[in-house]
Amino acid sequence: MSTLSIENISMRFDLPNGSHVQALQDVSLELNTGELMSVLGPSGCGKTTLLNILAGFLAPTEGQITLNGHKVTGPDAERGMVFQQGALFEWMSVRDNVSFGPRMAGKREKEWRGTVDHLLDVVGLQDFKEKAVYELSGGMQQRVALARCLANDPDVILMDEPLGALDALTREKMQGLVLKLWKETGKTIILITHSVEEALLLGERLLVMAPRPGRIHKEYRLPFADDGVGQDLREVKKNPEFGQRREEILSMIWDMEEEIMGRTEEADA
Amino acid sequence: MIILLIYIVIFTAAFFVVRFGVRKFRQMKDFTSLKTVTFGDESAVRPDRWASVISVVTIFLLWGAFTGSKWVPIHAPGPFVGDAEFVYTLEAPDGSRDDATVFVKVFNVGEDVEPPEVEPGDGFAKNDASAVGAWRSDLILMDKNDEITRKDGAKVVAIDGQPVSAGETVSVAAGEVAVTSKGSLNFSPSGGMQMEPIWLPPPEDVVKRVGEIASEGYQNFTLWEHLYWSLFRVIVGFALGAAVGIPLGYAMGLSDWFRGWFDPIVEFMRPVPPLALIPLVIIWAGIGESGKIILLFLAALWIMTISARAGVSGVAISKVHAAYSLGASKWQLMRHVIVPNSLPEIFTGARVAMGVCWGTVVAAELVAAEKGAGMMIMVASRFQLTDIVIMGIILIGIIGYGIDILMRKAENWLVPWKGRI
Repeated sequence: MSTLSIENISMRFDLPNGSHVQALQDVSLELNTGELMSVLGPSGCGKTTLLNILAGFLAPTEGQITLNGHKVTGPDAERGMVFQQGALFEWMSVRDNVSFGPRMAGKREKEWRGTVDHLLDVVGLQDFKEKAVYELSGGMQQRVALARCLANDPDVILMDEPLGALDALTREKMQGLVLKLWKETGKTIILITHSVEEALLLGERLLVMAPRPGRIHKEYRLPFADDGVGQDLREVKKNPEFGQRREEILSMIWDMEEEIMGRTEEADA
Repeated sequence: MIILLIYIVIFTAAFFVVRFGVRKFRQMKDFTSLKTVTFGDESAVRPDRWASVISVVTIFLLWGAFTGSKWVPIHAPGPFVGDAEFVYTLEAPDGSRDDATVFVKVFNVGEDVEPPEVEPGDGFAKNDASAVGAWRSDLILMDKNDEITRKDGAKVVAIDGQPVSAGETVSVAAGEVAVTSKGSLNFSPSGGMQMEPIWLPPPEDVVKRVGEIASEGYQNFTLWEHLYWSLFRVIVGFALGAAVGIPLGYAMGLSDWFRGWFDPIVEFMRPVPPLALIPLVIIWAGIGESGKIILLFLAALWIMTISARAGVSGVAISKVHAAYSLGASKWQLMRHVIVPNSLPEIFTGARVAMGVCWGTVVAAELVAAEKGAGMMIMVASRFQLTDIVIMGIILIGIIGYGIDILMRKAENWLVPWKGRI
């Protein structure tokens, strides 16, 4: 059963000097309900552009996206988004941030209170619900962002390097949390990351993109996300297959980066 | 110059006293005091409260000391007051000389005194008497009673034994004597180092004036009425400016058409100082309340418009995206994201606008008004009522400072997240 389908998406930005940038070229993809796909690629490969198109913030120059059979034309509560820097509302308490979606939908407090309290429990912020968000640490803020997104009960969650700004230890804890939430809620998740390890750990499917023009380079199906639900993430990383995959993907991305560098040098010469 | 030197000496002395005296007794052990690198670390530079107190006290002490205030124990030397005398030597055309004494009574201005009675003495030059106020000077026509006068060709050749000719000045015990170009004598008693009250009155006079004007009023209105009207104009003008400027700024931040339409107007009006509009506003609306309020409205309007526009453009795009992805409508985005997010900018703008409005209202009242703090000091200055002028300036300063403190308190209370995003 296919829910999210990306059909021949191309994205082309015209520059004022007459030239253009082909950010995405003919990207097609199908995503089933409950799948977690991580997207990896060197900088400039169009992964953030793809995510913005999925969220509805940008309209593709060609192709279309359908979710549950209807076309995506703009941002909507059915597609939640988690940003690199929380994008929380500083003027609201943790609780008001998390309940933002339901409140905007016009729900009464008794309708959302249970969900919000449960989510705050899951992300471990029950004691902080009346705090102002600027009083929280970066990791806590990101947990608020996750809870806020889930409280709105979207069909698809789009994550744009949600753990990129966190320190290594917090990041590892948060990776566990993302896996846990994914299994518990059964949401479809697309996660963009710069970390190969994170992409391998979290992605049930892993998409490697190539730059100039941005396109899908290779897709993997991985067992590690399912493993990670049951056991310690560090155990998963010890798996020899994990190491092998990591090396494979790393060298693939390195090659792409080198190719870009080479091309720029040619252009410079 | 002497005052500046004294000021520097007090500054330096207080520094050493506080640093090596007082500090020994109260050692603080908070985090900043344990920093070893403080020079260049701006966050480690905290205002020394001792310095602030001593600074303010020093200004009042200097003010008191150089105006002969009764509140200050030490004074700079005051003007000479009392009886002074000097001797002039008159030379007759035939070369003979005779000495005569001039007795001068120097009195405090405002007292009623008669010149002292003197014996004419012998010789052809006779003794003279005069009375002169402190800080003033007196032209002494010493030869009026002499047997040989300037008309006869006599002239003053020495004062207190010091040779002198026309146009020269010599010092005597209680002041200076100048021989004018026409040959008469001009006596200026020494003024000391104090300021004359008509230039700078002592602090107690200023305080006395506050009481007087608060109860009796000045120019038909009491002090509180003058200040009330100034404040009233500022608040009404600012409120109107904010009521129009903030929505306009939002519209400019949210709509292409509004941005394009009002950009040239705002960008043109922004650099025009509100003071430059005073003449036009007076022509259009007269010197009454409506003129003042229009002026302050214009002063606040552009500042508030620009700060509201900056507040809208300051919203991180990720927050807007987040709100839309959470299902917010345009109206909800406005109400829950854009308005709160722009509040810090708007408060900064409001603080600036209040400061500008306060300055503008005083300036507008200086130009033309029937009442108000600026009008009060302007009229007082025409009558050389320096104490009212100084009182007015101090009160204007205190109110301006008070407005800023209130705005900052309101800011901390209403937008606690400012600067923490």
